[in-house]
Amino acid sequence: MPHLASHYAKDGFILQQLVNKDFKLRYRRSVLGVVWSVLNPLLMMIVMSFVFSYFLRGSNVENYPLYLIVGNVTFGLMNEATSTGLRSIIDAAPLLKKVRVDRWVFPIQKVLSSVVNFALSLIAVVIVMLFFRIAPTWHLAWMIPALLLLMVFCAGISLLIGALAVFFRDIIHLWSVLLTAWTYLTPIFWDLSLLTNSNAPWIVTAVVKANPMYNYIDMMRCAIVYQTSPGSTVITLAVLWAILALVIGVLVFRKTEHKFILYI
Amino acid sequence: MTDTAMPEYVIEVNDVSMVFNIASEQLNNLKEYFIKLVRHELFFKEFRALKHVNFKVRRGEVVGLVGTNGSGKSTMLKCIAGVLEPSEGNIFVRGNIAPLIELGAGFDPELTARENIYLNGALLGYSNDFIDEHLQEIIDFAELQNFMDMPLKNYSSGMVARIAFAIATVTEPDVLIVDETLSVGDVFFQEKCEKRIKNFIDSGNVTVLFVSHSMEQVERICQRAIWIEKGEQRMDGLVGDVLKAYKAQFA
Repeated sequence: MPHLASHYAKDGFILQQLVNKDFKLRYRRSVLGVVWSVLNPLLMMIVMSFVFSYFLRGSNVENYPLYLIVGNVTFGLMNEATSTGLRSIIDAAPLLKKVRVDRWVFPIQKVLSSVVNFALSLIAVVIVMLFFRIAPTWHLAWMIPALLLLMVFCAGISLLIGALAVFFRDIIHLWSVLLTAWTYLTPIFWDLSLLTNSNAPWIVTAVVKANPMYNYIDMMRCAIVYQTSPGSTVITLAVLWAILALVIGVLVFRKTEHKFILYI
Repeated sequence: MTDTAMPEYVIEVNDVSMVFNIASEQLNNLKEYFIKLVRHELFFKEFRALKHVNFKVRRGEVVGLVGTNGSGKSTMLKCIAGVLEPSEGNIFVRGNIAPLIELGAGFDPELTARENIYLNGALLGYSNDFIDEHLQEIIDFAELQNFMDMPLKNYSSGMVARIAFAIATVTEPDVLIVDETLSVGDVFFQEKCEKRIKNFIDSGNVTVLFVSHSMEQVERICQRAIWIEKGEQRMDGLVGDVLKAYKAQFA
């Protein structure tokens, strides 16, 4: 039986091959190879905590370097998944013009590749925990639902913007602006208590708390940094954002995918 | 599977039309799009590449498609291969297709030949085990034993084409789509390719769609021919009759 019988088996094998390819190409001909995925977040953390830890004296963040690196790698996962997902259909143009292949595999593959990279950067997180002698508790298990929900969220967004970028190349520019703005809106290097302590209007705090990335990062930090269970509001919002993104993404993708070939 | 369970037709093309929108100007940005939308200036010129094409092909039949340049032959083949979706009508293909129209889908110049075989194989729907088993066969047919771990970017275009052809034809397909413009490699390799295609045809199980501008070739290989002109199906019948009519238009 040369051909895979089921559709899903075929798509699964294609996904595996594409993730494999991205992984190999990322590190080909680099001396340190995979080590860069670990080194990158570590170096970033060192530089950022060198400066920002002094700003944050007023807040009640303990283990600031760990707080920072968890925020950075979690946001980095979304950043990488969506900005590569954005171009995934356009970049797959030569392929889509040649063979029949389910189009959704391309944005989804970018999310999976980003998760592989995220998994490697977790080694950096472990190094930080070892360095500061922070032992994990069973709360670490919260990482799994947090990661899964974030993956669903990223998949939805990637399907949506990947499809839209085919018709309007503006989205590519718009998205990079949006990502930068999003970085500042999310408490990655600052802490929410800085807002509440300085009597910021409720609307500002509300926007930051509703921000999907705040909720995913908070879940991750609960698991790794605070070692408690995330609050119910955070969990609810994380679930809602994931479902909303996926539903919109799938709907838009399915409605537009038949026209891709005419625009790429 | 018994013979009675086999459907009579392997390819069914039912009233297929293909419409392309040719934008009067390229609208690739949101601002322009909304301005045009508000002004009701979003006009597209319609181009019908195929107009109500109908035909059915039985198992084992060898059918030639003829027509002048730009008449819609390639669009037809791409619809059958599933790359394009017809705007109207529908197409049924029973079994797997080896589309020798554009080879080497997904080939990445940075990956080695071996890695590309797996990637391309996945896209053609082969399983991992199947590629493992037939890897040597593919390499032998392409005659590139010593270059398997070299990145594809260092290959000549002929060498790339050899590998692509070897992967696409490693297994006997149910439907084979051959475009004549596909001339693979040097003369010796071309002969080898033709021999392999000939073997498929002779087996009697493979349905073949063949596109060529060479009348002799069509006449030699096919039993039946379909003539498509400016998107319209002009004639469908025995190869001799169709070619006679096709040639008569130039007389």
